[in-house]
Amino acid sequence: MNRSFRAAAVVVAIACAIVAGCESRSTAPTSSKPIEIKQVTITGASTLAPLLSEIAKRFEKENPSIRIDVQTGGSSRGVSDTRSGLVDIGMVSRDLKSDEGDLQRFKIARDGVCLIVHKDNPVPSLSREQIVSIYTGGIRNWKDVGGVDSPITVVNKAEGRSTLEVFTGHFKIDSRKIHADVVIGDNEQGVKTVAGNPLAIGYVSIGTAEYDRESGIPIRLLPLEGIEASVKNVANGTFPMSRTLHLVTKSEPQGAVKEVVEFATSPKVHDLVRGLSFVPIE
Amino acid sequence: MFQSNKDRLLTALVIGMAAIAGSIVVIIAIFVVKESIPAMTHIGGSRFLTDESWHPADDAPRGQFNLLPILLGTVLSSMGAICVAAPLGVLSAVFCQFYAPLRVARWYRMIIELMAGVPSVVFGLWGLVVLVPIVASIHPPGQSLFTGIIILTLMILPTVVLLTDAAFSSVSHSYRQGAAALGLSRATTVLSVMIPAAWSGIVTAVLLGLVRALGETMAVVMVCGNVVRLPKGLFDPVRTLTGTIALEMGYARGDHRASLFFCGMVLLILVAVLVASIEIANRRGRHDTT
Amino acid sequence: MTRRKTWFQFLFDVSVWLSPLPIAGLFLWLIGDLILRGSGAFWPDAAEVGGNSVVIVFEQIIQFLTAAPERAGRGGGIGPILISTGLILSVCMTVALPIGLGTAIGLSEFLPVNSRFGRLVRRSLDVLSGVPSIVFGLFGNAFFCRFLGLKFSIASGGLTLACMVLPLLIRSAEEGFRAVPDSQRQAAAALGFSRWSTVFRIILPQASLGIVVGLILGTGRALAETAALIFTSGYVDRMPRSLGDSGRSLSIHIYDLSMNVPGGNENAYASALVLVASLAVINLGAHQLMTRLLKREVAYA
Repeated sequence: MNRSFRAAAVVVAIACAIVAGCESRSTAPTSSKPIEIKQVTITGASTLAPLLSEIAKRFEKENPSIRIDVQTGGSSRGVSDTRSGLVDIGMVSRDLKSDEGDLQRFKIARDGVCLIVHKDNPVPSLSREQIVSIYTGGIRNWKDVGGVDSPITVVNKAEGRSTLEVFTGHFKIDSRKIHADVVIGDNEQGVKTVAGNPLAIGYVSIGTAEYDRESGIPIRLLPLEGIEASVKNVANGTFPMSRTLHLVTKSEPQGAVKEVVEFATSPKVHDLVRGLSFVPIE
Repeated sequence: MFQSNKDRLLTALVIGMAAIAGSIVVIIAIFVVKESIPAMTHIGGSRFLTDESWHPADDAPRGQFNLLPILLGTVLSSMGAICVAAPLGVLSAVFCQFYAPLRVARWYRMIIELMAGVPSVVFGLWGLVVLVPIVASIHPPGQSLFTGIIILTLMILPTVVLLTDAAFSSVSHSYRQGAAALGLSRATTVLSVMIPAAWSGIVTAVLLGLVRALGETMAVVMVCGNVVRLPKGLFDPVRTLTGTIALEMGYARGDHRASLFFCGMVLLILVAVLVASIEIANRRGRHDTT
Repeated sequence: MTRRKTWFQFLFDVSVWLSPLPIAGLFLWLIGDLILRGSGAFWPDAAEVGGNSVVIVFEQIIQFLTAAPERAGRGGGIGPILISTGLILSVCMTVALPIGLGTAIGLSEFLPVNSRFGRLVRRSLDVLSGVPSIVFGLFGNAFFCRFLGLKFSIASGGLTLACMVLPLLIRSAEEGFRAVPDSQRQAAAALGFSRWSTVFRIILPQASLGIVVGLILGTGRALAETAALIFTSGYVDRMPRSLGDSGRSLSIHIYDLSMNVPGGNENAYASALVLVASLAVINLGAHQLMTRLLKREVAYA
């Protein structure tokens, strides 16, 4: 028995050594070079979190004395945590509301929202009235809009999501009247849902949809009011259903926070913005 | 009675640790209740049952907070899953312990242990990408109570199988030898000796499976459809309490946030009731046999 | 009467023999699908084939395991995420294992069966095991991150998970202790063993099966966890420098890549494959260790 105890002790010792090793490796360079590491924390919209993570990495490479921690949650979390001072910068994936005027806002990118159907769906386009009727339960079958004789699977976003607000805002639909068959969270879940069900209709970020279509996922982007749904048309401002992605701070940014905000809104990150299929603000 | 210092230390240590372990749930409960108080005072208990629907984004006066469909979705999906997983899991454990050749049993056990480790995200992803289209081709929309039950069954099976298996192996060997000496068939041995002897362990296994199904979040969000409506059939979408918290927490403020904590509290109560009823059942069972 | 009984027995036999089929079938389907989609990231591009493709695949796997994620995880690897996951898990087990074992020993060896305290602790643990992971996440965020001031960090995540796996560990360990026949405890008492030696020389070694099962279940649950970690250990995918840093776990990485990042599928599946494979290794290791331990005990006895 003693031997197995010794074995256990060795395991614990090794574990401690590894942890200690990690610690000492991390403290060694800072102790030899006494630069003060400043920490900037960002939280908010899940749509923006991957982009900000990339921007943060590039920023850290240029400014080794500042570390940026990007967390995710949702636009409202971004607003409330910034307001309470819990984080330095909030990410908001919609236009700001009237009661959010106390926050400093910085446009970081634009994004469109479009309707998607399965690639095999023969319906070429839907009018505004048809879309409203489909989402409020008036039209329940594809044959009523020129498709196959099968029920429509209406894919909606969960309560509170920014994309839902953009969608209901554009079509002037009361979100309580929406009659959904599937409720989803993030964009890719919507794409996967529609790709797996030829009878589904949903709405997601145009950038996401375009990227996925290019990589062979069987979805089709429906034009809106005669305008093709594409990142290009969001960029030139012709696509009607779009939103601005924001960073917010509690007060006029100072010091490190100011540097981060300026970097994130500068042309230096436009390639990263395009890389995640958003439209940079020129 | 003689007690050395070492023994006294050990006693104090283990009792202290038990106290720590036991108090965690109390801290969690206090915290969840505290956060859901605004929901109870602003919205009031009855509105959670009588409101028209679930639209919690607006504050209390305008919002709608009907939890009934969500509650039903939770109960239906987890009960459905345990109804499939309990018999299947116990039979599997019987298979491992009494039927399968040693090598097959070892392999099967390994598969089950592997299954225990598959993250809910992976189950959900597989469900969404592979299972949902198949179900959708039978009966749209595909994301439904049915799909949820399949995925949940797979997720809670390892808990049921492994713990039942452990319960069987902790039954004293004399039982097996006694049954063999009486010349009982394998099925009789299992049904009338082993299962009664391991009963409390099996009940525990099923209970733990059920609570896991109640608490499962990520996979359920991906395959259940999440529509807040009373399901009319097996192929209708459902929303669960956990799914509601996961989908809406990042976006919730004020009364909405409090009502999500209220969901958490309801879940805690469900689990507590379940635990209590199982304990009563166990106690009654013990009285019957003695 | 007897004929009906045999008929029922036959039915029971058949269902026992058949029961593993749907489970193993569905599971192998899932794993097969995962391997098929996940290994795509490791195959060499068609143009590169020509050299030793086995070496190339091996190099790509190593590359994937060690490199940092790029382009929001669509490119690069999962090096920092593996380290974060490992650290979260070690914090979790370092805290949960002693408390869990201690509690299990206390409950089954020290406290009288009907003691009020024991029943209370057991009941609270049963409820704890039912607390949904998402509620653990909210609790961990408020308690460890904010109240104890650990912020979004690996430590917060590990401690939250420790609370979560504790009931599983205790349950399994207790089952193991129950497997030790009372005659051995009585024999130990008769020989004048102290409680200390009874616990460490007789009970613990024999209960190791239960403990290992608990450890496997607990590790599985901890590794698989997403909901409890996203608001505690956080989203940051850079290499952690200490336990106080925020670090993204593998399961969060998979969730984010598959649900939030367009084009993240390939790496999501590859990461899932790595996660499931490492769990397989842990399981095999645990089994090996167990058999060796058991043999040694027999030799000592």
